[in-house]
Amino acid sequence: MTHPLPLGLLAELTHRCPLACPYCSNPVELDRRSDELDTATWLRVFEEAAALGVLQLHLSGGEPTARADIVALTRGASRAGLYTNLITSGVGLSEARLEELAAAGLDHVQLSWQDTDPANADDIAGLAGAHAWKQRTVRAVIALGLPLTINVVVHRRNIARVGDMIVAAHRAGARRIEVAHAQYYGWALTNRAALLPSIEQVETAHTTVARLRQELEPGILIDYVAPDHFSRWPKPCMNGWGRQSLNVTPRGKVLPCHAAESIRGLEFWNVKDRSLREIWDASPAFNAYRGTDWMKEPCRSCPRKHVDFGGCRCQAFAWTGDAGEADPACALSPHHAALQAAVEAPRTDLFTYRRFGAARADHQE
Amino acid sequence: MKARIAPDARPCLARGVRLHEDRARGRTVLLAPERVVAPNPSAIEILRRCSGTLTFAAIVEDLARSHQADPGRIAADTEKLLLDLAYRRLVDL
Repeated sequence: MTHPLPLGLLAELTHRCPLACPYCSNPVELDRRSDELDTATWLRVFEEAAALGVLQLHLSGGEPTARADIVALTRGASRAGLYTNLITSGVGLSEARLEELAAAGLDHVQLSWQDTDPANADDIAGLAGAHAWKQRTVRAVIALGLPLTINVVVHRRNIARVGDMIVAAHRAGARRIEVAHAQYYGWALTNRAALLPSIEQVETAHTTVARLRQELEPGILIDYVAPDHFSRWPKPCMNGWGRQSLNVTPRGKVLPCHAAESIRGLEFWNVKDRSLREIWDASPAFNAYRGTDWMKEPCRSCPRKHVDFGGCRCQAFAWTGDAGEADPACALSPHHAALQAAVEAPRTDLFTYRRFGAARADHQE
Repeated sequence: MKARIAPDARPCLARGVRLHEDRARGRTVLLAPERVVAPNPSAIEILRRCSGTLTFAAIVEDLARSHQADPGRIAADTEKLLLDLAYRRLVDL
């Protein structure tokens, strides 16, 4: 069986991060520094990725610039021919380091904002002074002429300022902004009652984004990811499992998506043991939900199965205990009502911050 | 889109955008922030000339000569492509 070739690789270089955002996409059980792959292994992975057909490399984390070898890794990836995208908080990143990264061939910077309100931004990030540091880094990125995307995760504590954030990103000189509602797995699921907006807030945000697209594009390009708890159809998660993307964790496990380890019972292979090509082609985790043969009803006979691929496997697992079920975000899923009920559930203002060892006690599993 | 490109404009790929030989798939692609675009062969011909040194007029002239085609038609096609790519922030005019 031949598979489509992967276009993108997300390299989670480290799970270390100065921030503690309560919706972090990293798994609840974080890899420690002592677990991390060494420089030589990452460089081999990048070369194997380029040979396999990967075109874009996302240098991510945690905070990728927490790696002392981030410049060497960027240079190696660039020499392998990969398009290099640094996904950073911007905190802890100096101007001098940014200059080195640009000289090493870095193609693009994606920097996260938590809010336009500085106090609230720092509160969401769990770090005093984070917002101010990010603004300095943004200015340095623009001064170097590097293309910048601002990335904002939207939730009830910042949704009122979605428009402000888009306008501020445009003023700051960003070429793109990604406005993505939180996805409720891992840390964000732990914090769902603190993060999930109301339906009225979501509708206001949709209207604001639509208006600003009219006003500002193409001065700034706006990518908007709607929240799936409020939709009728599931998102085409990863554009299909094992179809376009792979994710390498700090310790070298290769996943079809960053949340895939939340699915119990999947066997993930490690770049320390095998080549990326072998893993892409033959690893049990990648083949588990490739294509459509694994589907049950209502997906199996659904005319949308090639549109959304049954939605998200991790969300299906989280709600039904079986990753082969339809994503409960889909109105045709028998579990859809339960997911919708979360929208009506009471909210809290308390975050469980993303920290090493933080979530074990109160993570509901 | 009613905008026009001045003959002395020097189109170039935006910073962070580049042409890349996608050997695994046997094609040339345009790599950009969070995007991979696979232009058709004639668009690739145009983009290879967008280095910021040639003027729009010179690009059209060069394409017309190498394809022995009508410069008027080449100019119209090239302008349409570049305006579209400029709108998508892939080309600077």
